Amino acid sequence: MRRASWFNVTSLTLGFAFLYLPMVLLVFYSFNSSKLVTVWAGFSTKWYGELIRNEAFLDAAVVTLKVAVISSTLATILGTMAAYVLVRGGKFLGRTLFSGMIYAPLVMPEVITGLSLLLLFIGIGLDRGVLTIVLAHTTFSMCYVSVVVSSRLVTFDRSLEEAALDLGCSPFDAFRLVTLPIIAPAVISGWLLAFTLSLDDLVIASFTTGPSSTTLPIKIWSAVRLGVSPEINALSTIMIGVVTVGVITASLISKRRTVKAQQDLQAAERGIS
Amino acid sequence: MSQTNFSPWDDPNGKPLIRFDNVTKKFGEFVAIDGLTLDIYEREFFALLGPSGCGKTTMMRMLAGFENPTSGTMELAGKNIAGVPPNKRAVNMMFQSYALFPHLTVWDNIAFGLKRGGVPKQQIGTRVEEMLKLTRLTKFARRKPHQISGGQRQRVALARSLAKAPKLLLLDEPLGALDKKLRQDTQFELMDIQESTGTTFVIVTHDQEEAMTVASRVAVMDEGRIIQVATPDRIYEAPNSVYVADFIGDVNIIEGTVKPAGEDLYHIDWNPNQAPLLAASERPFSDGQTAHLAIRPEKITISTEQPVDAKNTAKGTVLDIAYLGNLSTYYVQLEGGQIVKAQTANTRRLSRRSITWEDQVWISWSATAGVLLDQ
Amino acid sequence: MNIRRFVLIAVPYAWLLALFFIPFFIVLKISLSDLALAIPPYSPTVKDGILNMLSAFDFENFTFLASDDLYWKAYLSSLKIALISTVLALLVGYPMAYGMARAPDEWRPTLMMLVILPFWTSFLIRVYAWVGILSNEGLLNQLLLWVGWIDAPLAIMNTTTAVYIGIVYTYLPFMILPIYAALDRLDESLIEAAEDLGCSRTTAFWLVTVPLSRNGIIAGCFLVFIPALGEFVIPSLLGGSGTLMIGKVLFEEFFNNRDWPVASAVAVVLLLILIVPITLFQRNQQRQAEADT
Repeated sequence: MRRASWFNVTSLTLGFAFLYLPMVLLVFYSFNSSKLVTVWAGFSTKWYGELIRNEAFLDAAVVTLKVAVISSTLATILGTMAAYVLVRGGKFLGRTLFSGMIYAPLVMPEVITGLSLLLLFIGIGLDRGVLTIVLAHTTFSMCYVSVVVSSRLVTFDRSLEEAALDLGCSPFDAFRLVTLPIIAPAVISGWLLAFTLSLDDLVIASFTTGPSSTTLPIKIWSAVRLGVSPEINALSTIMIGVVTVGVITASLISKRRTVKAQQDLQAAERGIS
Repeated sequence: MSQTNFSPWDDPNGKPLIRFDNVTKKFGEFVAIDGLTLDIYEREFFALLGPSGCGKTTMMRMLAGFENPTSGTMELAGKNIAGVPPNKRAVNMMFQSYALFPHLTVWDNIAFGLKRGGVPKQQIGTRVEEMLKLTRLTKFARRKPHQISGGQRQRVALARSLAKAPKLLLLDEPLGALDKKLRQDTQFELMDIQESTGTTFVIVTHDQEEAMTVASRVAVMDEGRIIQVATPDRIYEAPNSVYVADFIGDVNIIEGTVKPAGEDLYHIDWNPNQAPLLAASERPFSDGQTAHLAIRPEKITISTEQPVDAKNTAKGTVLDIAYLGNLSTYYVQLEGGQIVKAQTANTRRLSRRSITWEDQVWISWSATAGVLLDQ
Repeated sequence: MNIRRFVLIAVPYAWLLALFFIPFFIVLKISLSDLALAIPPYSPTVKDGILNMLSAFDFENFTFLASDDLYWKAYLSSLKIALISTVLALLVGYPMAYGMARAPDEWRPTLMMLVILPFWTSFLIRVYAWVGILSNEGLLNQLLLWVGWIDAPLAIMNTTTAVYIGIVYTYLPFMILPIYAALDRLDESLIEAAEDLGCSRTTAFWLVTVPLSRNGIIAGCFLVFIPALGEFVIPSLLGGSGTLMIGKVLFEEFFNNRDWPVASAVAVVLLLILIVPITLFQRNQQRQAEADT
């Protein structure tokens, strides 16, 4: 039986305080009525009102969501294909280069990825805007999707696919009817990851954006460079809130599922004895 | 049982369902199957038995269509099936892991193959119900695989692979994941289902007891080759090599030099301090040839006094006794140092053991008790 | 090879070649070109003909990088900052990972969620959260003044200290997760065996726990070190003008000075520096994968 020692409890408490205190303070001060962010002057939601009336932020939010939805969907399709090739593709010409290109973007500094893509877009004369951001985001997030999906595929019992073939499926049907439904949770988390990365990206978007398409991170960046702004605090609070609700819901669902699976199994085992 | 007179392999005009002709399979440099020739007949329950890595799984995967032979031909009902993909073969497989689709119910798992085959909906329903009944799973039709027990999963896997009424059913270690008690019950169930459906079964196993129980014929494999193919009793009583004798059950192997001693009878000189042994053998041996005498422990009698009319006797000391409940195995060290196992059935309860550690004993056996082997 | 398999391989392959692989050659090419007052602001271009272009290539930008000590200092200071931040993150992250691995089973999913949650929240916002805390009239200084530990506000904002705090804070989950994974797999009976054989709790920790979580430590360190080296947001927002980091230099060279050839040369050198830790990291991951099978 594990017991929580004083040392462990202390290190966890301090560690999580370090991780969460800045965000808690940010949320707290977003309800401050004073413009001076560091001086508490009473509770107010006026910065949220200002934020909603600020059309520049709304426009940026729309652009960001559009980019995130399109690029994460494309990245999920391409990334799942790439994962399948990596895990099941066997040998083909340039396999090493292929897997290198999947893993390299994960460790590549964003400034370099952004710079190289910008130079490409200028080189081929592509006007910078939503399209170029989508292309850029798809490229780096497909690699993340492919890592997530391939780690699921590696543990995937291959005999399930063989059983489908054995029972008369073509290879494509076996993928559609057996593999895809089973790896679906990994594909969905891949999509969510790609979506978050796209929402979050500042550096690559700064390189590949055009004058007409400002994303939310770029907008936030230009605001916070000048110091703390209560509107940004309000915006941050909304974003933190959405993520927190999402992550907690997801973990509750997965917890309920595990518990249910265990109960089912126990019921089944009682059933035979 | 009708198995007493079921022996198509003895019929010279019999047409095999499966024919392997000089099949070789290589994975790179590694030879998994080495020039293998084998016939399997319709309605047979055929067991491929061998240690892991002997090539039995590769053979099964070639039958299913997941691997293709490097050379040689493989025929199913007279047709060459090399290169035919698994989804185009009238062969189904029951996987070792069962490979049940976790996202589908028991019903949908069983119906999966039928739906792919374009069977009309009405017929699919009837067939699935039939399979559920056969495997006693009707109650669990709406459950998902993770909601049923291991034994039930095993039966779903069997029902699913039988649903399409394949000409040939392959079973890869079908009982390996079950505990011992359940395994024994399931063995008989498998035999019943095999008989009632009339399907040809090929089972891969490393468990010799399982192979002996279920199979009409057993092929013992080692390093990509078949060492012996025979009925279970022949495999046990008349192994063709030391390897088979040693792999199936317990055996004493005594090495010696052969000297003819009459028709089908041979003396074996095995120890300068002991009298030669007498053994009968239909297989001819030449004078002075080295041979191995294989004797099962239960064919050896152990006694405290020298037996009078036994053909083979030897004196020794009891080194160890393994009490197994129904049987006791005595490890007797002979005067030459060799250790021989002798087994007796414990037919009486509470009898005081007359033989114990360090006792001087005599072991004896008849001339036909052992098998004389040249390799 | 059938057509389906070909399409399956070719589509992601072609995408990555076009949008990841080829752009690097463009960066390399431009790093060998000269600055020009044109659009695009460099010469020669492909329009000048391939041969002319190749003959006009030179290493001028790289010699410039070597001669101007701004770049040297930026690379060295990036390495220093990344290294110190990694060590700090390890010092904070290891006890947390250890505490998680030793926590009662029913706590663990929650603790895990708490570590992952910041990862899903905006990076930019998490860095920004420190601005209000560290600035001269920020919350930390207010607190310290109120308690009476200091008489005048500490200048933390716009120093490398702020950058260390920012990097440790944002990359801490990357340090915790691999170490936790390694510690979680550690068989507790090994520690009991060590204690049974005469180790004290502390020696058992140093002789058994730490060596067995080595791969997790290495992975965590690289996962912090590699992105920290090319970091742009944290030094720009928290480090101010006094902090030199190469990612920031590159960004400014490109957007403020519009010197594309030098920016490209900076990127090429940064990549060359990164090859070493990336290869070591890959090797560690491979070893780990081999040990698992």
